Amino acid sequence: MKKTDLRFKVANREALIGVGLAIFNFVWWFGLAYGLGDRTPEDYTYIMGLPSWFFYSCILGFLIMVVLVIVAVKFWFTEVPLDDEGGNLE
Amino acid sequence: MNLTIIISLVVFLITIFMVGLWASRYVRSSNSFLQEYFLGGRQLGGFILAMTMTATYGSASSFIGGPGVAYTQGLGWVLLAMSQVVTGYFVLMVLGKKFAIMARRYNAITLIDFLKERYQSKWVVLSAAFSIVIFLFSAMAAQWVGGARLIESLVKIEYESALFIFALSVLLYVIIGGFRAVALTDAVQGTIMFFGTFILLVATIIAGGGIDQIMTDLVNENPNLVTPYGAEGNLSATYVSSFWILVGVGVVGLPQVTVRAMSYKSSKSMHRALIVGTIVVGFIMLNMHLIGVFARPILPGIEVGDKVMPLIAQEVLPPWLAGLVLAAPMAAIMSTVDSLLLLVSSAVVKDVYLNYIKPSASEKKVKRLSIGITAFLGISVFLLALQPPDLLIWLNLFAFGGLEAAFIWPVVLGLYWSKGNKYGALASMLVGIGSYIFIDQYSKAYPKFDVHPVLTEIYQWFEPIMNILPGMMEVHTVVYPVLLSLLAFVIGSLLTKNKTLQ
Repeated sequence: MKKTDLRFKVANREALIGVGLAIFNFVWWFGLAYGLGDRTPEDYTYIMGLPSWFFYSCILGFLIMVVLVIVAVKFWFTEVPLDDEGGNLE
Repeated sequence: MNLTIIISLVVFLITIFMVGLWASRYVRSSNSFLQEYFLGGRQLGGFILAMTMTATYGSASSFIGGPGVAYTQGLGWVLLAMSQVVTGYFVLMVLGKKFAIMARRYNAITLIDFLKERYQSKWVVLSAAFSIVIFLFSAMAAQWVGGARLIESLVKIEYESALFIFALSVLLYVIIGGFRAVALTDAVQGTIMFFGTFILLVATIIAGGGIDQIMTDLVNENPNLVTPYGAEGNLSATYVSSFWILVGVGVVGLPQVTVRAMSYKSSKSMHRALIVGTIVVGFIMLNMHLIGVFARPILPGIEVGDKVMPLIAQEVLPPWLAGLVLAAPMAAIMSTVDSLLLLVSSAVVKDVYLNYIKPSASEKKVKRLSIGITAFLGISVFLLALQPPDLLIWLNLFAFGGLEAAFIWPVVLGLYWSKGNKYGALASMLVGIGSYIFIDQYSKAYPKFDVHPVLTEIYQWFEPIMNILPGMMEVHTVVYPVLLSLLAFVIGSLLTKNKTLQ
């Protein structure tokens, strides 16, 4: 059963990466939206036509998440066989 | 005008049907009917997996009203909708390889198969199957009503005929093609949504005179529209954030999502789906809701939210393109309905019939039964949707939140916490659904409690407790049930630790 333990170790680490990304995503989304958006609309600055809180939180935030997901998958995710037969981790 | 739209829609429906027909070849030739019909033979590649996941998340978002509410509330609702970006990577990362490996080891075809093997309990299986059938059946019927209404408004025909066209086109490909047809048509539908919403967004921006102009118009009309707080200033940060549970991380517990997380071919497909899925979910959500906001200065005064998309498309696009783009919301509804139909059918055939009524049924019998039950369910939904009863509408309101509260912990902790047992799972499901219904009813009656005397008594008894809980009346109903079902799972499992060791 040792080989399956190894696969689960990979799986556990990747699940934690998912949780970490989600926490980062939330903090970014929340912090910028309410940090920059919590003032009277007359004082808003605009980037590419959109209020800065919206641009940073929703547009830039989305792009950053895409980049982070690509980086995480390419560098930290490991390919493992999913079937129990052939479950060698070499 | 109408004729062009009809032609586009017909072309769309025929394409979908061809895909179903193509997929049915796999169903006929497969040597494991159940695996193929309900799970596509665990052969989904990365792109199809990402698209079918996205289409499924989209159904949770139709729950929050989409572009119509964005039209009324402004950028604050787009902010809320962007909480869904997280689903693109979170679900597959958290369920991830562990779920795929365990599902294969258990030879699980449905979420309930997984729960059955993990918890070894008849009661867990039966209550799970019961909630899936009840809740998803209602959710599905409500979506059919939506689909028919859309056809009705686009093509200007009677509701009954519209419903018939809709039902026929969905049923044909689901019945003959099974899960593979559903996933493939989801991919077509997702692609249409991806490009359709993008084209419509660009055309809307041009029609509105550029983003700067649109923003100026919005500020002139009501400055609140460009804040995160909604048109009336009543979207609080707590309320908006709580949607991270309902349409964000909570979807991990939805049966229609989990079944997809056991359907992919290899780690490689999963990796690719993570990337594609995140991009596609975020892109569609952003576009779709921005269209709603940007449509406001161009077409002021639309009263019914559902009409925003059709009206703006007809306003800013040439007719043939409007027809194609309008296939997008139609695609969204169809892709929800088809997966729910198959899921309910699998709960009946696989989880109840084969587990407890006749485990020894022959392959041929199972095949006939699966196709028969799917058809039967589809036709019953059609009949119900002709004149939707109140009970159905009522149940639909609980469908997504209730199922999330019921399944999230039995699935997630079932995977990662070895001490979790059947008592915890059962407690978690009952507490999740029970508290969801209770809190929902309570907050609707609050603060007058003008209901049945017995209920009023109960509500008043609970009032001090409800008042202590921070944000109870502010967050979405789903938040507390998810927390309570976590408590129930942990406490239930720990209390009965000795019992299960024997």
